[in-house]
Amino acid sequence: MQMNDRIEKRIELKAPVSRVWRALTDYREFGEWFRVKLDGPFVPGQVSRGQITHPGYEHVKWEAVVQKMEPERLFSFTWHPYGIDPKIDYSKETPTLVEFRLETTASGTLLLLTESGFDKIPSGRHLEAFRMNDGGWTQQMKNIENHVAQKS
Amino acid sequence: MSHKSRSSTVVKRQTRAPIFAALGDETRLSLVGKLCGRQPYSISQLTRGSKLTRQAITKHLRVLESVGIVRSVRSGRESLFEFDPQPIEGIKEYLDVVSKQWDQALSRLKSFVED
Repeated sequence: MQMNDRIEKRIELKAPVSRVWRALTDYREFGEWFRVKLDGPFVPGQVSRGQITHPGYEHVKWEAVVQKMEPERLFSFTWHPYGIDPKIDYSKETPTLVEFRLETTASGTLLLLTESGFDKIPSGRHLEAFRMNDGGWTQQMKNIENHVAQKS
Repeated sequence: MSHKSRSSTVVKRQTRAPIFAALGDETRLSLVGKLCGRQPYSISQLTRGSKLTRQAITKHLRVLESVGIVRSVRSGRESLFEFDPQPIEGIKEYLDVVSKQWDQALSRLKSFVED
């Protein structure tokens, strides 16, 4: 059986690789489109912190560990997707890996995004957290569903 | 939304993380691989050709059963185990939500670099 543990996206961007690289790795530019206010630049091996600016999620903290920065080729970080409940300590859980790969094309840049490791999400902490923060968590899921429904 | 349907949604959300955990083990993943042919198997059949003991296989099956991926059915004096795809379809739904968030973020990135 094929276990679906990853998300893969490809998107064609009509902009040179150098432009896309800057949008991905300059912490201010990343913050613009990702909707997060980051405390400082991305540095491989270091924790990146900030505050989400996405309407309705301003209470959510951003935390990721920058993995690789291979100029104009690969930018990757690990994080906890759905780290949206401020009462839950996600730091003990196995994070997922987000990778942005860039390729030059005739019309600009091909961006390949992969988020992998969903099969490693542990049970204990989550189970407990779900039980303790049932209301909050359910509400957050609802918010996301509404948000997704509005946008699509 | 009625109270009943709301609480069933909660149950569905709660079971997601343990399902990932239950499948994050080689032995259990291979058991699910065997069982997802939709034919029920007995513990003896599942133990045959495996290095693990009957007790160990039983323990793994109970973990899978506890998150609802596998259910046991009686057949005479024997317990048979069969695959239940429903919770795994729930995982797809979870990945769909994360996936849609990426679609939105990437489309914002697209307008950001193309403008």
